[in-house]
Amino acid sequence: MGVPLIDIRGLTVDFDAGQRVVRALHGVDLAIHGGEAVGLVGESGSGKSVTWLAALGLLGNRARIGGEVLFEGRNLVGAPASDLEAVRGARIAMIFQDPSSSLNPVYRIGQQLAEALQLHRGMSGAAALAEAARLLDRVGIADATRRLRDYPHELSGGMNQRVMIAMALSGQPRILVADEPTTALDATIQAQILELLQEIRRDSAMALVLISHDLGVVAENTDRVCVMYAGRIVEDAPIATIFEAPAHPYTSGLLAALPDLEGPRRRLLAIPGVVPEPWNLPLGCSFAPRCPEFERACEAAVPPAIELVHGHRAACIHARSGSA
Amino acid sequence: MMRYLAGRLLRALLTIFLVVTFAFFVLRLSGDPALLIMSVDAPPESIEAFRKSWGLDQPIWMQYLAYIGHALTGDLGNSMRDGRPAIQLVLERVPATLAITVPAFFLKIAIGVPAGIYAALHRNSFADRLTMLLSVAGFTMPSFVLALLLVLVFSVQLGWLPSSGSEGMANAILPIVTLGAAGAAILARFTRSAMLEVLGQPYIRAASAKGLSWRRVVTEHALPNAAIPTTTIIGFMVGTLIAGAVVVESVFAWPGIGRLLVVSVANRDLAVVQTILLFVAATMVSANIIVDFVYGWIDPRMRTAPR
Amino acid sequence: MSEPLLQAEGLVRHYRIRHGSRLFSHPATLRAVDGVSFTLQPGRTLGLVGESGCGKTTTARLVLGLLPLTEGEIRLQGETLPQAGSMRWRELRRVMQMVYQDPLAALDRRIAVGRQVMEPLVIHAIGAPAERRDRAMAILQSVGLQAHHFDRYPHELSGGQRQRIVLARALILSPRLLVCDEPISALDVSIQAQVVNLLLDLQAEMGLAYLFISHDLRMVRQVSHEVAVMYLGRIVERGDPDRLFAAPSHPYTQALVSAIPVAHRSGRQRLILKGDPPNPVDVPTGCAFHERCPIAVARCRTETPALRPLADGRHVACHLAPGAADA
Repeated sequence: MGVPLIDIRGLTVDFDAGQRVVRALHGVDLAIHGGEAVGLVGESGSGKSVTWLAALGLLGNRARIGGEVLFEGRNLVGAPASDLEAVRGARIAMIFQDPSSSLNPVYRIGQQLAEALQLHRGMSGAAALAEAARLLDRVGIADATRRLRDYPHELSGGMNQRVMIAMALSGQPRILVADEPTTALDATIQAQILELLQEIRRDSAMALVLISHDLGVVAENTDRVCVMYAGRIVEDAPIATIFEAPAHPYTSGLLAALPDLEGPRRRLLAIPGVVPEPWNLPLGCSFAPRCPEFERACEAAVPPAIELVHGHRAACIHARSGSA
Repeated sequence: MMRYLAGRLLRALLTIFLVVTFAFFVLRLSGDPALLIMSVDAPPESIEAFRKSWGLDQPIWMQYLAYIGHALTGDLGNSMRDGRPAIQLVLERVPATLAITVPAFFLKIAIGVPAGIYAALHRNSFADRLTMLLSVAGFTMPSFVLALLLVLVFSVQLGWLPSSGSEGMANAILPIVTLGAAGAAILARFTRSAMLEVLGQPYIRAASAKGLSWRRVVTEHALPNAAIPTTTIIGFMVGTLIAGAVVVESVFAWPGIGRLLVVSVANRDLAVVQTILLFVAATMVSANIIVDFVYGWIDPRMRTAPR
Repeated sequence: MSEPLLQAEGLVRHYRIRHGSRLFSHPATLRAVDGVSFTLQPGRTLGLVGESGCGKTTTARLVLGLLPLTEGEIRLQGETLPQAGSMRWRELRRVMQMVYQDPLAALDRRIAVGRQVMEPLVIHAIGAPAERRDRAMAILQSVGLQAHHFDRYPHELSGGQRQRIVLARALILSPRLLVCDEPISALDVSIQAQVVNLLLDLQAEMGLAYLFISHDLRMVRQVSHEVAVMYLGRIVERGDPDRLFAAPSHPYTQALVSAIPVAHRSGRQRLILKGDPPNPVDVPTGCAFHERCPIAVARCRTETPALRPLADGRHVACHLAPGAADA
C-alpha cells in the first residue's frame, strides 16, 4: 500500500493526576494512508479521542506523550510548538462533538472563518470573506454571505457543525479527524452531516478519521475500523470483516449488544461487568474479566496484536484467521 | 427598546425609594437625635424645642411624608449640627472621596486582572499558589487591619508616609493602597476563575486545533470571553466609588463621604445620613444599569435570542 | 381488553414566551405539545421517539402531572389525574414513577444509595425501618445489585450501576407505570444492553408498563409493543414497531428510519431531509412537516392532517399515506 500518510507507533499517554500518573493510552499503532477513511470505535475512556489529541499535541502540559507520530517526514511527538501549529488545521484538521461550543461565542462566523483562512492561506479582508462565503456554500449553508454575519448561538447545532467543517476545509488538509461529529445532533441532522463528509471526501481525496461510539455510523462511512478498549486497539479490520468475522471477543460482544432495526427481535447479549478504570486495569488482557472466552493464559500478559490476514489485526490469544 | 429602558429605569427608582424609606425608619427608630445633639443634661424644655423645630414631635409617618414631599422638590433637609443643607455638606466631601477611590479603582484593575490571568495560565504553579494565597489574605483581612499594618510599616517604622490627615498627595497613598489591595485580591480571584472557566471550553481546544499559536489562542479567544464576567465585577466596583471607603477614611482621618457618614450616624444627624444613603443607592443602581448595558454590548448572546 | 392503565386525551401544552431579541421581543406561543393522544395497557411499552424539541419529554412530564396541561385529559387507571400536589395526586404518584437520563443528577451524591432507595417508603410512611431496609435490599437484588452496594455513594458506582439505583428507587413503591426519559442515552454501548435487558426482565416479572422515550430507534424497537413518532408536538405515526420501522408510512418516519446508520443497508435509498426542524414557536401551517417533506403537495401547506388508521392497524397523519382511510 506504500508509505502511510501518518504512522502512529507505540503511542502512549500518561496523565499526571497529582498523586498518581494514569496511563490512558498503552501503545497505539495506527497507520493511515492517503484518501483512506478509518473509523475508531470504542466506549468512553477507550482512548479514541486521546489518540488524536495526543498526536496533535492538544492535550496540554499535564499529559506526557510517548511513542512516535510520523507525519510528512517528521515525528510530531516532542516536536516544537511551531511545527505542531503548522500541522494543525493546515495538514490535519479536527472537528469535535459539540459544534455549538466549539465556535467562539463572541465572534461572528465570518470572523472565525477568516481567521483560519488568514492562518492557512494568508488571505485577509474582502478576499478572506469571499472565500469564507464560498466555503459555507460548499458545506451546504444557504445564503452564505448573510450567514457570515451571524454568531454561533444564532445557528442550529447542525449548521454550526457545517461551519466547523468549512473551517476545517479552509486549510485544505490531508486528514480530517472527526471526533464524534454527530453525537450531539439529531438523527436527521446526523444523516445530513455524514452525507456531507462523504461528499467532501469523494471530491477531495482527503483522508477521514471518524471517531464514534456507534458502530453503525462507522460502518456506513469508513472502509476500515479500529476497535479500541481501555487504551488499546484490540482489533483493526476492513468494515465487512468486522461485521462478518470479528476476531476479538470484545468486538463480537459489542455487535451482539446492539439491537437490530429489521428482522426478528432477539434478546440482547450484554457484555457483563464494566469497563475497568484506567488506574485499575486487570492483569494481562484488559478485557479478560468480561470475556466469555477467558482462560488463565489471558492474565499472563497483554496479548500482542496478531495479523490474521493482511489488513486484519486482533489483540487476542484466541484470535484465529476467519474465526470469532 | 423604549419599554425595556423605561422598565429598567422604573425598577432603579423603586430600589432607591426602598433604600431611602428603609433608612428613614431605621434611623428614626434607633435613637433620639435630640438627646445626642443637645447633651443629656440639657433642660427638658430646650430638648422639646429642638424636637419641635426639627419636626421630631410629629408622628413618624407624618415625618416620613414630609421628608418624601421635600425630597421630591429637591430639598433633602438641613444638617442638625450646623444647619447647612445636607446636600451641600455631602457634595463638599465628594472630591476627597473620589481622590482616593478613583486611583484605588485603577489600582485594583491594574493589579487584579493581570494577576488573575497569569495565575490561570500557570495553574497550580508556584506563582499561582502565591497569587491565590495573597488574594485570600487580601480579601479576608478586614481593611482596618491592613490599614493599621501599612501605617505600622510605612509611617511608624520607616517614616516614609504620614499616618493620617489630608494635607497633600502623600496622605492619599496609604488609603489608596489599602482600598486597592482588597479590591485587587477579589478581582484577581475572580479573573482567575473566569479565565479557567473559559480555558476549559471546547472552543479553546478547537482554536488550538485550528493551528493558532497558544499566544493567539489566549489573547484572541480566551481573553475576550473571560472579559465578559470580569467586566461585570469591575462595573459593580464602580458602584462603590462613593461609599466604598467608609472604614479606610475613618482610619486615616480622610475627610471624605465615608467619614462624614460615620460622624453623622454617631450624631444622629438624620438629614445628612439620609442624603449619603440616597447617594450610595443612586450610584449602586446606576452602576448596575451600566453593567447590564455593557454586558449586552460585549456578549453577543445577550443581544439576540437564538432563532 | 382490560382497562387501560394510562389514557392521554388530546394533550396540549403551550408556553407563552417572549420571542426575538431581548430588546425587540414580542410575545409568542411555543407549542411544545399540540394534541397528543395515546393509550397504554398494563404491562405494555409505548415507545415515544422524535428529535429534540418534538415534545416527547414535555409529554412525559404532562403524564406525571409535573406540568399543568393547557388542554386535554390524563386518566390513570380510569381516574382523571388530579391537580399536581393534591393528596390524591400524591397517592396516584405511587402508581407511576420516572426514570431520568442522567442518573448522577437524579441521585443525591451525599447520601448512601441504599437510603435513597428507601426514601420513597419514608416519604409515604410505609413499613417500619427494618422492613424498609429489607425491601430496599430485595429491590437492589432484583435490579442486579448486591447487598454491599447499599452503603455506597453515587460517585463510587459506575454509570450503569447508578441507573440501576435510580430504577430500584422508582420500583420500591411497586408502581405500575415507569416513565423512562432517555434512560440509557448516557450509558456506554455495552452497558445499554444490560439496562435494556433488565427493563424487559422487570416488565415480565412485575407486569410494569413503560412509557419509553428515546431518540434511539433501535432500542425503542427492542423494548416497545407500540411506537409513536412525534414531530413538532404531534404524533405523526403510531403503531406496531416491527411494521412501523420495516415500512414507515409517514415521510418523516421514513427519513428518521433511513437516518439510522446500519452495517448493511438493505434496499431502500437513504432519504436525507433538508434543513433543521422549524422552531416550535413558528410551526408551519398545515402539516408541520411540509417544508422538509420530499413529497409535499399544495394541500399539505393548508390542511393539518389528522391521525388516521391504516389497514394494518397503524395510524398515520399524512394526506399522502397510501391506504389511509379518509377520516
